[in-house]
Amino acid sequence: MNRSMPSGSSVNSARSAVHPREFLMWGFLVSVFMLFAGLTSAFIVRRADGNWLQFELPQAFAISTLLVVISTVTLELARKAARRNEFSALRAWLLATAVLGMAFLASQFYAYLQLTGQGIFLVGNPSGSFLYVISGVHALHIVAAVLAVLVTLYRAYRWEVHSKSLLGLRILAIFWHFLTILWLYLYTFLWWMH
Amino acid sequence: MSTIAHSNDPTHGHSLHTHDPAHGHDVHGHHHKETFITKYIFSQDHKMIAKQYLFSGMLMALIAAGLSLLFRLQLGWPDRTFPWLESIIGEWGKGGRLDPNFYLSLVTLHGTLMVFFVLTAGLSGTFSNLLIPYQVGARDMASPFINMLSYWLFFLSSVIMLASLFVESGPASAGWTIYPPLSALPQAIPGSGLGMTLWLISMVLFIASALMAALNYITTILNLRTQGMKMTRMPLTVWSFFCTAILGVLSFPVLLSASLLLVFDRSFGTSFYLSEIYIAGEALTRTGGSPILFQHLFWFLGHPEVYIVMMPALGLTSEIIATNARKPIFGYRAMVGSLLGISFLSFIVWGHHMFITGMNPFLGNVFMILTLVIAVPSAVKVFNYLATLWRGNIRFTPAMMFAIGVVSLFISGGLTGIYLGNAALDINLHDTYFVVAHFHIVMGSASMFGMLAGVYHWYPKMYGRMMNEKLGYLHFWLTFASVYLVFFPMHFMGLDGVPRRYYQFTGFEFMTEWMDMNRFISVSAIMATVAQLIFFYNFFHSMRRGRVASQNPWGSTTLEWTTPVERLHGNWPGEIPHVHRWPYDYSRPGAPQDFIMQTVPDEDLPMAVRGRPTNEAVSGAGVPERVTASTDRPVSASSVFFARFLHRIGLRRA
Repeated sequence: MNRSMPSGSSVNSARSAVHPREFLMWGFLVSVFMLFAGLTSAFIVRRADGNWLQFELPQAFAISTLLVVISTVTLELARKAARRNEFSALRAWLLATAVLGMAFLASQFYAYLQLTGQGIFLVGNPSGSFLYVISGVHALHIVAAVLAVLVTLYRAYRWEVHSKSLLGLRILAIFWHFLTILWLYLYTFLWWMH
Repeated sequence: MSTIAHSNDPTHGHSLHTHDPAHGHDVHGHHHKETFITKYIFSQDHKMIAKQYLFSGMLMALIAAGLSLLFRLQLGWPDRTFPWLESIIGEWGKGGRLDPNFYLSLVTLHGTLMVFFVLTAGLSGTFSNLLIPYQVGARDMASPFINMLSYWLFFLSSVIMLASLFVESGPASAGWTIYPPLSALPQAIPGSGLGMTLWLISMVLFIASALMAALNYITTILNLRTQGMKMTRMPLTVWSFFCTAILGVLSFPVLLSASLLLVFDRSFGTSFYLSEIYIAGEALTRTGGSPILFQHLFWFLGHPEVYIVMMPALGLTSEIIATNARKPIFGYRAMVGSLLGISFLSFIVWGHHMFITGMNPFLGNVFMILTLVIAVPSAVKVFNYLATLWRGNIRFTPAMMFAIGVVSLFISGGLTGIYLGNAALDINLHDTYFVVAHFHIVMGSASMFGMLAGVYHWYPKMYGRMMNEKLGYLHFWLTFASVYLVFFPMHFMGLDGVPRRYYQFTGFEFMTEWMDMNRFISVSAIMATVAQLIFFYNFFHSMRRGRVASQNPWGSTTLEWTTPVERLHGNWPGEIPHVHRWPYDYSRPGAPQDFIMQTVPDEDLPMAVRGRPTNEAVSGAGVPERVTASTDRPVSASSVFFARFLHRIGLRRA
């Protein structure tokens, strides 16, 4: 972009303490939330109709939950390191976060293997289909978030993330923590429904 | 999108802290070189993006109107052949007769294009982009890059939707609501094949585009208002765009989840929406789904979508009516409140589209009551429009004619909504021409009138020239008359039980009575379309030949009229003006002109005009009101009106 964003300019006299980009992220999270609200309420409505196959949730979901919770801690440690300009720690924690995110995806994939082992496939009773679609759409968001972590890691190697340039990292953290909370909600929801 | 949001400009966070606040980027921001591509194609300027949306919307409207003429030919003259049809639509018009499957495709694409591509993207996209930065006093959108991305996703989705017209098996045919199982099973009708797949791909892109746009609008309105532009000093246009954007952010993701499950059903063999289906004498193996589930998800978007289409038109109407009646808008706060009320209610009434799906009657009653409650904020708006017009010094510009047309259509279409919102009456009226008449008047035509009013009113801002007034009046009267001639008779057809989406009405005795009426409607529809050609001529001709506009041709108060006629990147050549008053200071007695711009501070006015206007200023008589030194919003016309009312009936002392 050859033109700087007018939004950063003080002449526009921003009305709130929140940076417009951060605000955009919050708005985006609202719409992601609505997407999952739609899917989970469809789940409830369909389940109430009967003809609903009950089965055990794959145990790998518990491992996934653990991984994603740890990853929020490592991301917070990365932010702490960035605030203190501890660059090697920043890179290490970002890398750890990215690896944990990928491990989460691997664990979700393993959960799918466990499901197919139980005879639950994408095609079949909607109770199984819903599980695949809901966790799959969430995993897609994790993929995007891992890519964002990798971009931030790249920027960290170019000395672009430091105590005076934290906005990108903060917005990333908002997204990442949201996805963690979203997974906790989905896991609790699915556990409750099974 | 998340990655874009914080990685497209890696230096941003850095520059934020190193720039001296006194020297913003804006001063030198618009001096960089612009090529043809960055100026007209991949533009990040909100004004250019608004024009891109307008052009796309106009083209889509022309195509959608053309499609409707094709099926109106069939409905009006089911016994005649039109040999020339074959040369335009080929196989679909074999022997000069419209193919029944293609008839369904035409109805589907007419609805889809009009609802989403013309009245969502074309209306909201054009005017939100044009007016939000202008009227709140911002150089551009919060993220011009996302704004550009949003337009090009919309463009891509338009191309895919139009491309589906050229698919061998035909475009989507299950109606714009694409109810499964019809839309989910390619073997059900030809239109559920590749055409339906393209429809879904196109809509997913459209949803992404609409979300990006809406998030940008909300962020700009909340974050980038100029000094003094309190929320309560925002023009009602901006309020309506704000509510529209919130509805979009909350409802479009749900349509995405509905479409996603439909994609899985169509392409991956799941059965979210499918159960116990026999097709061509054979039972499908896919069981366990529920087609009603789709309706719940779809209408959770679908109903707010009606207001996404309607509210921008209402906002534009408020602004145009106040400006051209030379009177403050009646009941500013009530107008804002009714927008918020409509927005909230729109999320809890979706069930009124599903009264006859076998819904629990108790639930149906709940939805019915909530639906009828929407009449309250809608009536508030209508009352306030009429009260603003009342004893106004009305200037009948073409924009004003169309704005008054919106009010007319909103009333006549709104009244039939009360019938349709009734769970018992809906048993008779569901899926008849009564429904077609209702939503074409209240949502289709009223919003289209709002869009046309907006184009006439803000044309000088977009092109620096005026549109031809005489052609404008001709356009208005032809459109206004033909809209009523097309849609009003449909109510009676609907009451008689004539169903919508039928290819011809020759099969049943009671429907054949309506043959002449159908022919009349078709002739009127042709007239309505021809009238739009006048508009197109006027639009493009005035761009080069129109009278050159002055800076503030309508004597309006809002910030966009403080920008120079030649449109700058960054909107204002110098500092962004500060705002000192609400946007509806028209006809204040003692003021040097019959309008006071929002940028005028009290110190620049004669003593008598400073502060809140006295009641004479707004209502012309009666109740004394203290003149205070506050520069805040003046005493509203509505509070004076009610004070006078209470005074009349003896409940308030003078």
